[in-house]
Amino acid sequence: MKRRRMGEWLLSIPSVVWLILFFALPTLLIFGLAFKPATINGGIGPGWTLDAWFRLGNPSYLSILWRTVWLSLSCTVICIGLGVPVAYWIARLPTKARQWALILIILPFWTNFLIRVFAWRILLHPDGLVKQALIKLNLAEMNDQLLYNHWAILLVLVYTYLPFAILPLYAAAEKFDFDLLDAARDLGAGRWVAFYKVFLPGVRVGMLTAILIVFIPALGSYAIPEIVGGPTSEMIGNKIAQRVFTERSLPDASALSAVLAIGVFLPLLLIYLYRHRRGAAPSELEGGQF
Amino acid sequence: MRISRFPFFVSVTVLLFFYLPIGVLCLQSFNAAKFGGSWKGFSFRWYQELWQREDIHAAAYNTLIIAFSSTLVALILGSLAAWCLHHYTNRFQKFHYGLIYAPLAVPDILMGISLLLLFVNFQIPLGIGTIIIAHTTFCVSYVALVMLARLQDFDESVIEAARDLGAGWGTIILRILIPLLGPGLAAGGLLAFTLSVDDFVITFLVSGPGNTTLPVKIFSMMRRSSPQVINALSVIFMAVTFTIVIISQKLIRSKP
Repeated sequence: MKRRRMGEWLLSIPSVVWLILFFALPTLLIFGLAFKPATINGGIGPGWTLDAWFRLGNPSYLSILWRTVWLSLSCTVICIGLGVPVAYWIARLPTKARQWALILIILPFWTNFLIRVFAWRILLHPDGLVKQALIKLNLAEMNDQLLYNHWAILLVLVYTYLPFAILPLYAAAEKFDFDLLDAARDLGAGRWVAFYKVFLPGVRVGMLTAILIVFIPALGSYAIPEIVGGPTSEMIGNKIAQRVFTERSLPDASALSAVLAIGVFLPLLLIYLYRHRRGAAPSELEGGQF
Repeated sequence: MRISRFPFFVSVTVLLFFYLPIGVLCLQSFNAAKFGGSWKGFSFRWYQELWQREDIHAAAYNTLIIAFSSTLVALILGSLAAWCLHHYTNRFQKFHYGLIYAPLAVPDILMGISLLLLFVNFQIPLGIGTIIIAHTTFCVSYVALVMLARLQDFDESVIEAARDLGAGWGTIILRILIPLLGPGLAAGGLLAFTLSVDDFVITFLVSGPGNTTLPVKIFSMMRRSSPQVINALSVIFMAVTFTIVIISQKLIRSKP
């Protein structure tokens, strides 16, 4: 018995120590260093201060926070809105075709993330395909700017996170018994009522996972607003990077990161509480990522 | 009952949306025009220019070194972790599982900032070493989860049978564990490798001046050089990634 315990310790220790050192400790540092003063050369000074927190009171932060939240929320809503019909469509295909449909969905996302964002910059560029097509269709004027605003950010956010919404939605839809829809129709429900009252509750767990998987990384976006956004459409991630690279104030960066961290853990906590209130069975949680 | 056509139309639109940017990018990489836009004829010019850019070769070399090192460390740490999580159920392993799972829920920018704070706070110089540490940290969780799924299909009685027949741990690891868990190791390793090659945000934060990987290089090129060189680089990058993924799929499927 004692030897078994010893073996468990020896085998667990490498990963436990690594993750405490390089994941748990740094995460706590985000909260700790926000109470430190900055030094001129970009380091961290001795002593304690609330300066970084007072600077968060700057009203310009409020509009950036608000923009970050609404862009992430809109992105989540659009991804669910598009993801549910796609998941439904794939789940109703014959088994062999489903594999191919899934591969088709995932394939573009094996390319590098930056390259995909850059590809959108080419498309939305004034000489790009989308702009030219919109002008031909009389939907845009010659001097309309498609790039460097928050609509461009929203578009690319949806492009980036939609597959991550489709996969858990499909995993849930695949387990759904489609005969239930026919039963609902036979009992007199309209097509939309059957979809809304039978199918959507049936894929609820997949939907929760999809919401988290899209919303959380969207909150932390940095590269997308940096590449297709402009100076008036910054998100909190850009501000954090600015504090690090341009103003070289790590305490300010960590105070902002602490705000973002709270914003990330809040939805996780809400979902956790929601599941416990409902007394979700363990099997129900299996389909979820979190 | 007539099935609604609506999901089909949405799906086709979504697939077009997914492929349009990448398709245009591939076409543009063969366009002779300097800033893209209208078609000025087919040309390999941008690929030739790429061939001569030594800074890009250096970034590619760094990317490979970092990906190989962090994959190796993550494979060792992640497999050990999966083995423990599979074999023992107690409070300590619950905590262990939490540590493995939590990094998956943290956005890249937070993980990058937290590691940067750690390195600056303890005066660890930024460079290839800190990038490898950062990549290993986010890869461990993925490797552990892939291996955990594999272990659940693994028949443990094989090990007991081997021990009854007098095999030592060395033989068991070499003759049983590695062959049977090999596909899982390959899958976890390739996942870690692609995650490492793909990462931009975390690398950008912990790399320090002068140490670039390909994604960081692409990011700085977006500001300065002609977009056409980036297009050509992207196409080669994509071709390499696809080849790795296809090989890995074949490897994983060909074994029992």
